[in-house]
Amino acid sequence: MNIIGPNEILFLLQGLKWTILLSAIGFVGGGVFGLLVALARTSNWKSLRRTTAGYISVFQGTPLLMQLFVVYYGITLIGMEVDAWVAVTIALTLHASAYLGEIWRGAIQAVPKGQSEAANALGLHYVSRTKDIILPQALRLSLPATVGFLVQLIKGTSLAAIVGFIELARAGQIVSNQTYKPLLVFGIVGAVYFVICWPLSLYGARLENRLAAAAAR
Amino acid sequence: MPQTPNIDTPLIAMEGVEKWYGTFHALKSINLMVRKGEKIVLCGPSGSGKSTLIRCINHLEPFEEGRIVVDGTALDDSSRTIDAVRREVGMVFQSFNLFPHMTVLENCALAPMRVRGTKKAEAESIARKYLERVRIQDQADKYPAQLSGGQQQRVAIARALCMEPKAMLFDEPTSALDPEMVKEVLDTMIGLARDGMTMICVTHEMGFARQVADRVIFMASGEIIEEGEPEVFFRNPAHARTRAFLGEILAHH
Repeated sequence: MNIIGPNEILFLLQGLKWTILLSAIGFVGGGVFGLLVALARTSNWKSLRRTTAGYISVFQGTPLLMQLFVVYYGITLIGMEVDAWVAVTIALTLHASAYLGEIWRGAIQAVPKGQSEAANALGLHYVSRTKDIILPQALRLSLPATVGFLVQLIKGTSLAAIVGFIELARAGQIVSNQTYKPLLVFGIVGAVYFVICWPLSLYGARLENRLAAAAAR
Repeated sequence: MPQTPNIDTPLIAMEGVEKWYGTFHALKSINLMVRKGEKIVLCGPSGSGKSTLIRCINHLEPFEEGRIVVDGTALDDSSRTIDAVRREVGMVFQSFNLFPHMTVLENCALAPMRVRGTKKAEAESIARKYLERVRIQDQADKYPAQLSGGQQQRVAIARALCMEPKAMLFDEPTSALDPEMVKEVLDTMIGLARDGMTMICVTHEMGFARQVADRVIFMASGEIIEEGEPEVFFRNPAHARTRAFLGEILAHH
Protein backbone atom coordinates (compact mmCIF):
# COMPACT_ATOMS: atom_id res chain seq x y z
CA MET A 1 0.00 0.00 0.00
CA ASN A 2 1.48 3.28 -0.95
CA ILE A 3 -1.13 5.76 0.09
CA ILE A 4 -0.73 8.35 2.79
CA GLY A 5 -3.23 7.37 5.46
CA PRO A 6 -3.72 8.08 9.14
CA ASN A 7 -0.77 5.87 10.06
CA GLU A 8 1.63 7.85 7.94
CA ILE A 9 0.29 11.14 9.23
CA LEU A 10 0.58 9.84 12.79
CA PHE A 11 4.18 8.86 12.08
CA LEU A 12 4.93 12.37 10.81
CA LEU A 13 3.33 13.85 13.92
CA GLN A 14 5.53 11.62 16.07
CA GLY A 15 8.44 13.15 14.20
CA LEU A 16 7.05 16.61 14.84
CA LYS A 17 6.98 15.83 18.55
CA TRP A 18 10.75 15.18 18.47
CA THR A 19 11.36 18.31 16.43
CA ILE A 20 9.59 20.41 19.04
CA LEU A 21 11.31 18.64 21.92
CA LEU A 22 14.75 19.05 20.35
CA SER A 23 14.06 22.74 19.67
CA ALA A 24 13.00 23.23 23.27
CA ILE A 25 16.14 21.50 24.53
CA GLY A 26 18.34 23.64 22.29
CA PHE A 27 16.56 26.80 23.26
CA VAL A 28 16.54 26.22 27.01
CA GLY A 29 20.10 24.88 27.17
CA GLY A 30 21.31 27.53 24.75
CA GLY A 31 19.43 30.20 26.69
CA VAL A 32 21.03 29.34 30.01
CA PHE A 33 24.56 28.97 28.66
CA GLY A 34 24.07 31.75 26.12
CA LEU A 35 23.36 34.14 28.97
CA LEU A 36 26.63 33.11 30.61
CA VAL A 37 28.43 33.55 27.29
CA ALA A 38 26.92 37.02 26.83
CA LEU A 39 27.92 38.04 30.35
CA ALA A 40 31.43 36.70 29.80
CA ARG A 41 31.68 38.59 26.50
CA THR A 42 30.79 41.84 28.26
CA SER A 43 32.82 41.30 31.43
CA ASN A 44 35.72 43.45 32.50
CA TRP A 45 37.96 40.42 32.39
CA LYS A 46 39.90 40.40 29.14
CA SER A 47 40.82 36.70 29.07
CA LEU A 48 37.18 35.77 29.64
CA ARG A 49 36.12 38.01 26.77
CA ARG A 50 38.77 36.49 24.50
CA THR A 51 37.93 32.90 25.39
CA THR A 52 34.22 33.32 24.78
CA ALA A 53 34.89 35.22 21.55
CA GLY A 54 36.84 32.17 20.35
CA TYR A 55 34.04 29.85 21.47
CA ILE A 56 31.51 31.88 19.50
CA SER A 57 33.73 31.94 16.40
CA VAL A 58 34.11 28.16 16.44
CA PHE A 59 30.41 27.41 16.74
CA GLN A 60 29.30 30.11 14.32
CA GLY A 61 31.98 29.11 11.83
CA THR A 62 31.17 25.40 11.58
CA PRO A 63 28.00 23.63 10.42
CA LEU A 64 25.60 22.32 13.06
CA LEU A 65 25.71 18.98 11.26
CA MET A 66 29.41 18.72 11.95
CA GLN A 67 28.96 19.79 15.57
CA LEU A 68 26.41 17.02 16.11
CA PHE A 69 28.70 14.56 14.42
CA VAL A 70 31.75 15.53 16.44
CA VAL A 71 29.92 15.43 19.77
CA TYR A 72 28.19 12.11 19.08
CA TYR A 73 31.10 10.21 17.56
CA GLY A 74 33.83 12.21 19.23
CA ILE A 75 32.76 11.29 22.75
CA THR A 76 32.41 7.65 21.68
CA LEU A 77 35.96 7.75 20.31
CA ILE A 78 37.43 8.64 23.68
CA GLY A 79 35.83 5.49 25.03
CA MET A 80 32.66 6.86 26.59
CA GLU A 81 29.32 5.49 25.65
CA VAL A 82 26.92 8.35 24.95
CA ASP A 83 23.26 8.21 24.49
CA ALA A 84 22.04 10.01 21.38
CA TRP A 85 19.96 12.21 23.68
CA VAL A 86 22.98 13.32 25.61
CA ALA A 87 24.95 14.02 22.45
CA VAL A 88 22.15 16.02 20.88
CA THR A 89 21.51 17.96 24.07
CA ILE A 90 25.18 18.89 24.33
CA ALA A 91 25.57 19.78 20.68
CA LEU A 92 22.40 21.87 20.43
CA THR A 93 23.20 23.62 23.69
CA LEU A 94 26.71 24.50 22.53
CA HIS A 95 25.44 25.66 19.16
CA ALA A 96 22.54 27.73 20.49
CA SER A 97 24.58 29.22 23.33
CA ALA A 98 27.13 30.58 20.88
CA TYR A 99 24.47 32.24 18.73
CA LEU A 100 22.30 33.49 21.59
CA GLY A 101 25.40 34.63 23.48
CA GLU A 102 26.43 36.77 20.53
CA ILE A 103 22.92 38.16 20.02
CA TRP A 104 22.64 39.06 23.68
CA ARG A 105 26.15 40.50 23.85
CA GLY A 106 25.13 42.97 21.17
CA ALA A 107 21.95 43.81 23.06
CA ILE A 108 23.79 44.32 26.35
CA GLN A 109 26.17 46.70 24.62
CA ALA A 110 23.26 48.51 22.99
CA VAL A 111 21.86 49.58 26.38
CA PRO A 112 22.95 53.22 26.74
CA LYS A 113 26.05 53.76 28.85
CA GLY A 114 24.16 56.25 31.00
CA GLN A 115 22.15 53.38 32.44
CA SER A 116 25.11 51.63 34.01
CA GLU A 117 26.56 55.01 35.02
CA ALA A 118 23.37 55.92 36.85
CA ALA A 119 23.37 52.49 38.49
CA ASN A 120 27.02 52.92 39.49
CA ALA A 121 26.38 56.39 40.86
CA LEU A 122 23.59 54.96 43.03
CA GLY A 123 26.05 52.42 44.38
CA LEU A 124 24.43 49.37 42.75
CA HIS A 125 26.76 46.39 42.37
CA TYR A 126 27.35 44.13 39.39
CA VAL A 127 24.59 41.65 40.21
CA SER A 128 21.90 44.26 40.74
CA ARG A 129 23.17 46.39 37.86
CA THR A 130 23.00 43.39 35.54
CA LYS A 131 19.80 41.80 36.81
CA ASP A 132 17.75 44.92 37.54
CA ILE A 133 19.00 47.45 35.01
CA ILE A 134 20.91 46.04 32.03
CA LEU A 135 19.40 42.62 31.26
CA PRO A 136 15.71 43.63 31.30
CA GLN A 137 16.49 46.33 28.73
CA ALA A 138 18.91 44.18 26.73
CA LEU A 139 16.61 41.17 26.50
CA ARG A 140 13.82 43.39 25.26
CA LEU A 141 16.09 44.85 22.61
CA SER A 142 17.20 41.38 21.58
CA LEU A 143 13.76 39.78 21.29
CA PRO A 144 13.38 40.08 17.50
CA ALA A 145 16.81 38.53 16.87
CA THR A 146 16.20 35.89 19.54
CA VAL A 147 12.93 34.83 17.91
CA GLY A 148 14.72 34.80 14.54
CA PHE A 149 17.32 32.42 15.93
CA LEU A 150 14.61 30.18 17.39
CA VAL A 151 13.20 29.77 13.87
CA GLN A 152 16.66 28.78 12.61
CA LEU A 153 17.02 26.35 15.47
CA ILE A 154 13.69 24.63 14.78
CA LYS A 155 14.74 24.01 11.19
CA GLY A 156 18.23 23.04 12.32
CA THR A 157 16.94 20.20 14.51
CA SER A 158 16.33 18.25 11.29
CA LEU A 159 20.07 17.53 11.40
CA ALA A 160 19.60 15.45 14.55
CA ALA A 161 18.58 12.67 12.16
CA ILE A 162 22.30 12.03 11.71
CA VAL A 163 22.54 10.52 15.17
CA GLY A 164 19.34 8.52 14.79
CA PHE A 165 16.50 10.82 15.77
CA ILE A 166 13.38 10.32 13.72
CA GLU A 167 12.26 13.91 13.85
CA LEU A 168 9.95 15.54 11.35
CA ALA A 169 12.28 15.69 8.34
CA ARG A 170 13.61 12.13 8.87
CA ALA A 171 10.07 10.86 9.40
CA GLY A 172 9.14 12.46 6.12
CA GLN A 173 12.01 10.71 4.39
CA ILE A 174 10.89 7.34 5.76
CA VAL A 175 7.26 7.86 4.77
CA SER A 176 8.39 9.03 1.36
CA ASN A 177 10.44 5.88 0.88
CA GLN A 178 7.49 3.71 1.84
CA THR A 179 4.90 5.47 -0.27
CA TYR A 180 6.96 6.57 -3.27
CA LYS A 181 5.27 9.98 -3.06
CA PRO A 182 8.18 12.24 -2.17
CA LEU A 183 6.63 15.42 -3.51
CA LEU A 184 3.45 15.03 -1.52
CA VAL A 185 5.19 13.88 1.66
CA PHE A 186 7.83 16.57 1.66
CA GLY A 187 5.12 19.05 0.73
CA ILE A 188 3.34 18.11 3.94
CA VAL A 189 6.56 18.17 5.96
CA GLY A 190 7.45 21.60 4.58
CA ALA A 191 3.98 22.89 5.34
CA VAL A 192 4.27 21.70 8.95
CA TYR A 193 7.61 23.50 9.37
CA PHE A 194 6.08 26.57 7.79
CA VAL A 195 3.06 26.55 10.08
CA ILE A 196 5.38 26.54 13.10
CA CYS A 197 8.02 28.96 11.88
CA TRP A 198 5.98 31.53 10.01
CA PRO A 199 3.95 32.81 12.99
CA LEU A 200 7.20 33.05 14.95
CA SER A 201 8.77 35.12 12.17
CA LEU A 202 5.70 37.35 12.06
CA TYR A 203 5.88 37.74 15.83
CA GLY A 204 9.56 38.68 15.57
CA ALA A 205 8.83 41.26 12.89
CA ARG A 206 6.04 42.74 14.97
CA LEU A 207 8.32 43.01 17.99
CA GLU A 208 10.90 44.72 15.85
CA ASN A 209 8.39 47.27 14.57
CA ARG A 210 7.19 47.94 18.06
CA LEU A 211 10.74 48.50 19.31
CA ALA A 212 11.49 50.80 16.38
CA ALA A 213 8.34 52.78 17.16
CA ALA A 214 9.32 53.02 20.82
CA ALA A 215 12.81 54.20 19.87
CA ALA A 216 11.42 56.86 17.55
CA ARG A 217 9.17 58.24 20.27
CA MET B 1 31.71 61.05 73.12
CA PRO B 2 29.35 62.93 70.83
CA GLN B 3 31.03 64.08 67.68
CA THR B 4 31.17 67.77 67.26
CA PRO B 5 31.03 68.51 63.56
CA ASN B 6 33.96 70.62 62.62
CA ILE B 7 32.84 73.21 60.11
CA ASP B 8 36.29 73.55 58.69
CA THR B 9 36.73 69.86 57.85
CA PRO B 10 35.93 69.54 54.16
CA LEU B 11 33.25 67.04 53.19
CA ILE B 12 34.92 66.67 49.80
CA ALA B 13 38.62 67.31 49.32
CA MET B 14 40.54 67.04 46.06
CA GLU B 15 44.29 67.44 46.27
CA GLY B 16 46.55 67.58 43.24
CA VAL B 17 44.21 65.47 41.12
CA GLU B 18 45.51 64.66 37.65
CA LYS B 19 43.66 62.82 34.94
CA TRP B 20 44.55 61.80 31.43
CA TYR B 21 42.53 60.31 28.59
CA GLY B 22 45.40 58.64 26.79
CA THR B 23 47.68 61.55 26.02
CA PHE B 24 45.01 64.19 26.65
CA HIS B 25 45.54 65.88 30.00
CA ALA B 26 41.93 66.24 31.18
CA LEU B 27 42.48 67.49 34.73
CA LYS B 28 45.57 69.40 35.83
CA SER B 29 46.48 69.52 39.53
CA ILE B 30 42.96 70.11 40.77
CA ASN B 31 42.67 71.33 44.35
CA LEU B 32 39.18 71.77 45.68
CA MET B 33 37.80 71.78 49.21
CA VAL B 34 34.06 71.65 49.72
CA ARG B 35 32.74 72.20 53.22
CA LYS B 36 29.57 70.63 54.51
CA GLY B 37 26.58 72.60 53.31
CA GLU B 38 28.56 74.53 50.74
CA LYS B 39 27.16 75.13 47.26
CA ILE B 40 29.63 75.27 44.43
CA VAL B 41 28.91 76.16 40.84
CA LEU B 42 31.42 74.93 38.28
CA CYS B 43 31.44 76.61 34.92
CA GLY B 44 33.67 76.84 31.91
CA PRO B 45 33.72 76.16 28.18
CA SER B 46 32.89 72.68 26.92
CA GLY B 47 35.84 70.33 27.17
CA SER B 48 37.26 72.27 30.11
CA GLY B 49 37.04 69.23 32.40
CA LYS B 50 34.23 70.34 34.70
CA SER B 51 32.13 67.20 34.13
CA THR B 52 35.22 65.04 34.40
CA LEU B 53 36.03 66.70 37.71
CA ILE B 54 32.73 65.85 39.37
CA ARG B 55 32.71 62.38 37.82
CA CYS B 56 36.02 61.71 39.57
CA ILE B 57 34.44 62.47 42.93
CA ASN B 58 32.16 59.41 42.77
CA HIS B 59 34.69 57.48 40.72
CA LEU B 60 32.67 57.23 37.53
CA GLU B 61 36.04 58.26 36.13
CA PRO B 62 39.26 56.98 37.64
CA PHE B 63 42.04 59.52 38.15
CA GLU B 64 45.76 58.92 37.86
CA GLU B 65 47.31 61.09 40.53
CA GLY B 66 46.37 63.02 43.62
CA ARG B 67 43.88 62.37 46.39
CA ILE B 68 40.13 62.59 46.67
CA VAL B 69 38.68 62.29 50.17
CA VAL B 70 34.92 62.22 50.66
CA ASP B 71 33.54 62.31 54.19
CA GLY B 72 36.75 60.84 55.55
CA THR B 73 37.10 58.09 52.90
CA ALA B 74 40.05 58.37 50.53
CA LEU B 75 39.22 56.94 47.09
CA ASP B 76 41.76 54.31 46.11
CA ASP B 77 40.23 52.25 43.24
CA SER B 78 39.13 49.55 45.70
CA SER B 79 35.46 48.72 45.59
CA ARG B 80 35.29 49.24 49.36
CA THR B 81 36.16 52.93 49.17
CA ILE B 82 34.23 53.46 45.95
CA ASP B 83 31.10 51.94 47.55
CA ALA B 84 31.56 54.05 50.66
CA VAL B 85 31.80 57.25 48.62
CA ARG B 86 28.88 56.40 46.33
CA ARG B 87 26.69 55.74 49.34
CA GLU B 88 27.24 59.33 50.48
CA VAL B 89 27.25 61.15 47.15
CA GLY B 90 24.27 61.40 44.81
CA MET B 91 24.50 62.35 41.16
CA VAL B 92 22.14 63.90 38.62
CA PHE B 93 22.97 63.61 34.92
CA GLN B 94 22.34 65.83 31.93
CA SER B 95 20.37 63.07 30.20
CA PHE B 96 18.45 62.02 33.36
CA ASN B 97 19.36 58.33 32.92
CA LEU B 98 16.20 57.10 34.56
CA PHE B 99 15.60 53.37 34.20
CA PRO B 100 13.02 53.23 31.40
CA HIS B 101 11.62 49.80 32.27
CA MET B 102 10.73 50.79 35.84
CA THR B 103 8.05 53.08 37.17
CA VAL B 104 9.03 56.33 38.84
CA LEU B 105 8.48 54.72 42.23
CA GLU B 106 10.58 51.67 41.32
CA ASN B 107 13.35 53.93 40.01
CA CYS B 108 13.51 55.61 43.40
CA ALA B 109 13.08 52.55 45.62
CA LEU B 110 15.65 50.31 43.89
CA ALA B 111 18.90 51.65 45.31
CA PRO B 112 17.76 51.82 48.95
CA MET B 113 16.63 48.19 48.65
CA ARG B 114 19.71 46.88 46.86
CA VAL B 115 22.41 49.01 48.47
CA ARG B 116 21.09 49.62 51.95
CA GLY B 117 18.99 46.48 52.24
CA THR B 118 15.88 48.48 53.06
CA LYS B 119 12.61 46.51 52.99
CA LYS B 120 10.41 47.18 49.98
CA ALA B 121 7.60 48.89 51.89
CA GLU B 122 10.02 51.17 53.67
CA ALA B 123 11.97 51.92 50.47
CA GLU B 124 8.72 52.89 48.79
CA SER B 125 7.75 55.20 51.60
CA ILE B 126 11.19 56.85 51.38
CA ALA B 127 10.66 57.13 47.62
CA ARG B 128 7.24 58.75 48.09
CA LYS B 129 8.68 61.17 50.59
CA TYR B 130 11.32 62.45 48.16
CA LEU B 131 8.94 62.38 45.18
CA GLU B 132 6.73 64.66 47.25
CA ARG B 133 9.71 66.88 47.95
CA VAL B 134 10.32 67.36 44.22
CA ARG B 135 6.53 67.75 43.86
CA ILE B 136 5.94 64.85 41.53
CA GLN B 137 4.31 62.32 43.88
CA ASP B 138 1.22 62.03 41.65
CA GLN B 139 3.34 60.54 38.85
CA ALA B 140 4.78 57.72 40.99
CA ASP B 141 3.22 54.90 39.00
CA LYS B 142 4.09 56.23 35.55
CA TYR B 143 7.05 55.23 33.44
CA PRO B 144 9.77 57.79 32.65
CA ALA B 145 8.80 58.01 28.97
CA GLN B 146 5.35 59.28 30.03
CA LEU B 147 6.87 62.31 31.76
CA SER B 148 8.22 65.59 30.42
CA GLY B 149 11.95 66.26 30.54
CA GLY B 150 11.61 68.54 33.54
CA GLN B 151 9.57 65.95 35.41
CA GLN B 152 12.09 63.23 34.54
CA GLN B 153 14.93 65.32 35.88
CA ARG B 154 13.04 65.97 39.10
CA VAL B 155 12.50 62.22 39.44
CA ALA B 156 16.24 61.75 38.90
CA ILE B 157 16.89 64.20 41.74
CA ALA B 158 14.43 62.33 43.97
CA ARG B 159 16.06 59.01 43.04
CA ALA B 160 19.45 60.31 44.17
CA LEU B 161 17.96 61.79 47.37
CA CYS B 162 16.44 58.43 48.31
CA MET B 163 19.95 57.27 49.22
CA GLU B 164 20.00 60.21 51.65
CA PRO B 165 23.37 61.42 50.41
CA LYS B 166 25.54 63.95 52.20
CA ALA B 167 26.41 65.68 48.93
CA MET B 168 24.89 65.97 45.48
CA LEU B 169 26.69 66.32 42.17
CA PHE B 170 24.80 67.90 39.27
CA ASP B 171 26.23 67.41 35.78
CA GLU B 172 24.58 70.06 33.58
CA PRO B 173 21.13 69.12 34.89
CA THR B 174 19.22 71.61 32.75
CA SER B 175 21.20 71.47 29.51
CA ALA B 176 19.00 68.83 27.88
CA LEU B 177 15.76 70.55 28.84
CA ASP B 178 13.41 72.69 26.83
CA PRO B 179 13.64 76.29 28.09
CA GLU B 180 10.21 76.25 29.74
CA MET B 181 11.24 73.29 31.91
CA VAL B 182 14.51 74.68 33.17
CA LYS B 183 12.84 76.66 35.94
CA GLU B 184 11.07 73.74 37.61
CA VAL B 185 14.37 71.87 37.89
CA LEU B 186 16.29 74.91 39.10
CA ASP B 187 13.58 75.63 41.67
CA THR B 188 13.95 72.08 42.97
CA MET B 189 17.70 72.56 43.22
CA ILE B 190 17.27 75.91 44.97
CA GLY B 191 14.96 74.23 47.48
CA LEU B 192 17.58 71.58 48.08
CA ALA B 193 20.24 74.24 48.57
CA ARG B 194 18.03 76.07 51.08
CA ASP B 195 17.69 72.86 53.07
CA GLY B 196 21.45 72.81 53.49
CA MET B 197 22.50 70.14 51.00
CA THR B 198 26.16 70.19 49.97
CA MET B 199 26.13 70.64 46.21
CA ILE B 200 28.52 70.82 43.31
CA CYS B 201 26.74 71.92 40.16
CA VAL B 202 28.17 72.01 36.68
CA THR B 203 25.89 74.51 35.02
CA HIS B 204 25.76 77.59 32.86
CA GLU B 205 22.70 78.91 34.68
CA MET B 206 24.29 82.06 36.04
CA GLY B 207 21.06 83.21 37.65
CA PHE B 208 21.12 80.03 39.70
CA ALA B 209 24.80 80.60 40.52
CA ARG B 210 24.09 84.12 41.76
CA GLN B 211 21.16 82.96 43.83
CA VAL B 212 22.57 79.92 45.63
CA ALA B 213 26.30 79.50 45.07
CA ASP B 214 28.75 80.16 47.88
CA ARG B 215 31.54 79.96 45.35
CA VAL B 216 31.70 79.98 41.58
CA ILE B 217 34.62 78.15 40.01
CA PHE B 218 35.74 78.75 36.46
CA MET B 219 37.61 76.00 34.63
CA ALA B 220 39.38 75.96 31.28
CA SER B 221 41.67 73.38 29.67
CA GLY B 222 41.46 71.08 32.68
CA GLU B 223 42.51 73.72 35.18
CA ILE B 224 40.76 75.76 37.81
CA ILE B 225 41.41 79.27 36.53
CA GLU B 226 39.55 81.33 39.05
CA GLU B 227 37.08 81.06 41.88
CA GLY B 228 35.19 83.45 44.04
CA GLU B 229 31.92 84.47 45.62
CA PRO B 230 29.31 84.98 42.91
CA GLU B 231 29.04 88.77 43.31
CA VAL B 232 32.79 89.26 43.04
CA PHE B 233 33.16 86.60 40.38
CA PHE B 234 30.54 88.08 38.07
CA ARG B 235 31.27 91.74 38.70
CA ASN B 236 34.98 91.60 38.71
CA PRO B 237 36.50 88.50 37.11
CA ALA B 238 40.28 88.54 37.39
CA HIS B 239 41.26 86.54 34.33
CA ALA B 240 40.82 87.41 30.70
CA ARG B 241 39.55 83.89 29.93
CA THR B 242 36.87 84.21 32.61
CA ARG B 243 35.83 87.58 31.20
CA ALA B 244 35.64 86.18 27.68
CA PHE B 245 33.61 83.20 28.86
CA LEU B 246 31.21 85.28 30.94
CA GLY B 247 30.78 87.76 28.13
CA GLU B 248 29.82 84.93 25.84
CA ILE B 249 27.31 83.15 28.05
CA LEU B 250 25.76 86.30 29.50
CA ALA B 251 25.19 87.55 25.96
CA HIS B 252 23.15 84.41 25.33
CA HIS B 253 21.00 84.67 28.42
